[in-house]
Amino acid sequence: MDVLLAPFQYEFFRNGTVAAVLVGGLCALIGVYIVLRGMSFIGHGLSHAVFGGAVVAFILQFNFYVGAVSWGFVAALLINQTVRKTTISADAAIGVVTTASFALGVALISRYRRFSQSFDAALFGNVLGVTPTDIAVIVFVTLAATFMIFFFYKQLLFTTFNSEVAQVYGIPTFWIETWFALILAAVIIASVQIMGVTMIGAALVVPPITIRLLTDSFHRLIIYSTALGALTGLIGMYLSFYVDVSSGASIVLLQSALFCVTLFYVSRVRNRNRLVETPVYGPT
Amino acid sequence: MQPLIEFTGVNFGYGAFNVLEDIDLHLHPGQFVGLVGPSGAGKTSLLKLVLDLLTPREGQIDRVRADLRVTYVPQIETVDWSFPVTAEEVVLMGLDHRQNIWPWPRRSERERARAILDKLEIDHLAERHIRDLSGGQQQRVFLARALVAEPEILVLDEPTTGVDVRSAENIFHWLTHLNQDGMTILLTTHDLNMAAAHVPWVVCLNRRIMAQGPPQEIFTESILEDAYKGEFIVIRQNDMIFVQQKPHSHGLSDVLPDPVEGGLPNHDSREKSANPVSALKES
Repeated sequence: MDVLLAPFQYEFFRNGTVAAVLVGGLCALIGVYIVLRGMSFIGHGLSHAVFGGAVVAFILQFNFYVGAVSWGFVAALLINQTVRKTTISADAAIGVVTTASFALGVALISRYRRFSQSFDAALFGNVLGVTPTDIAVIVFVTLAATFMIFFFYKQLLFTTFNSEVAQVYGIPTFWIETWFALILAAVIIASVQIMGVTMIGAALVVPPITIRLLTDSFHRLIIYSTALGALTGLIGMYLSFYVDVSSGASIVLLQSALFCVTLFYVSRVRNRNRLVETPVYGPT
Repeated sequence: MQPLIEFTGVNFGYGAFNVLEDIDLHLHPGQFVGLVGPSGAGKTSLLKLVLDLLTPREGQIDRVRADLRVTYVPQIETVDWSFPVTAEEVVLMGLDHRQNIWPWPRRSERERARAILDKLEIDHLAERHIRDLSGGQQQRVFLARALVAEPEILVLDEPTTGVDVRSAENIFHWLTHLNQDGMTILLTTHDLNMAAAHVPWVVCLNRRIMAQGPPQEIFTESILEDAYKGEFIVIRQNDMIFVQQKPHSHGLSDVLPDPVEGGLPNHDSREKSANPVSALKES
């Protein structure tokens, strides 16, 4: 029991755990829609795009959150509109928009070599740096995302299933997709401190694809994926504390391990069922 | 009677390419209209103009009211069959979401969805994942989603593609019943015989409207050959029409050597030896 409670005597662990549980659940919740829209790479791409926005905000001495969220939102909208209005595929649009944005961040860092701030934390996640303001931002984004998904559940489901047909049935798909892009950008910004730019993509995708292996029901996928994300956030924090590795890496490694175990289990069960169902013809 | 939708001189295209030219079309209440034409004729584009998903380059599309209820059954190939939804969940998508803000359906909504699935004889499949249904059942699930919205116009894009003959016959049977109950229907199809048997008004399209009218008037060799740029055989027996495209022989006749010059058996002997039993007897 002491092993479980001992880390809580440290304020950084308490803050970090609250943040990791919320971020883990939040990423997994939003990730369901991302995976089903075939845009798994968007989390990885947008987190890099946001890095460019963060650097610009720092140089122009803007508030980090305002600069990064605006940048991420514009990048997400650009990707959505490119996919809607042209024949360019989602992965290509994500690749162009987000890499260009990341490259801008890198170019600005190399041009203005006067940064006192280390960007290592932004790249790899740093639980030690979670402040009460960060937690307040994470709580706000979690509430906003939950509110949107709860009250626009059916509209989001139909838009994700088939955006064009949803429009015929009176769903305001443009606004639904715009709101979703805004929430996605906000989730990525809120998650940067814990997960790091390089790990957010996996935190968005791995829990939904793990649960997708186990269920064909959309509402179960939403509930169990969120629960898995939050649980791995909690356990990942303990791993980070005791094994002394970065929080983002420990959460993603744990999620990936669970995915491998689930994949192995599902393959075994399917193979067994196939053997049972396959008629065996012997001599008559 | 005022048409529900009226196209006047509509042109539409992508980039420099014109897909539809000079389209004049009326869709009156209670009509059952079938759009036929070769691939690339602009059938789906015309449907999307009706659905207000596309905007014409030129011309005018007038709707009887701005809030005209039109529902759509898309081509079966456009559906993501791995998406985690059951047949019932798909049908529930068709309901007006503004009536119920909660994520879960009301009991009355579920009963409405079940009643339509029951009418289409697939109520027992409501809990099944859409991937686990046959082609005909899948098509009926999407038809149920369109019907649960109580449309004034039902639009279907190739509803019988990818389904067997019996299921196709059933789908047209349902559509005929719905039309007899007063529903306006507009569909595209490549199945000319099914259209000839079930659709009372046919529009033959190949970028332009080549002809429109009852199938008896439209399914003629000259109109079909003009629209499809191929040869057709049309057989009429009593009230029935059978349409068959002639298999084209170009290519084969160019490759085969002349029977005499090439030393191959002449036409008559080849016909005889086509029957293996006769050929054996002869030898």
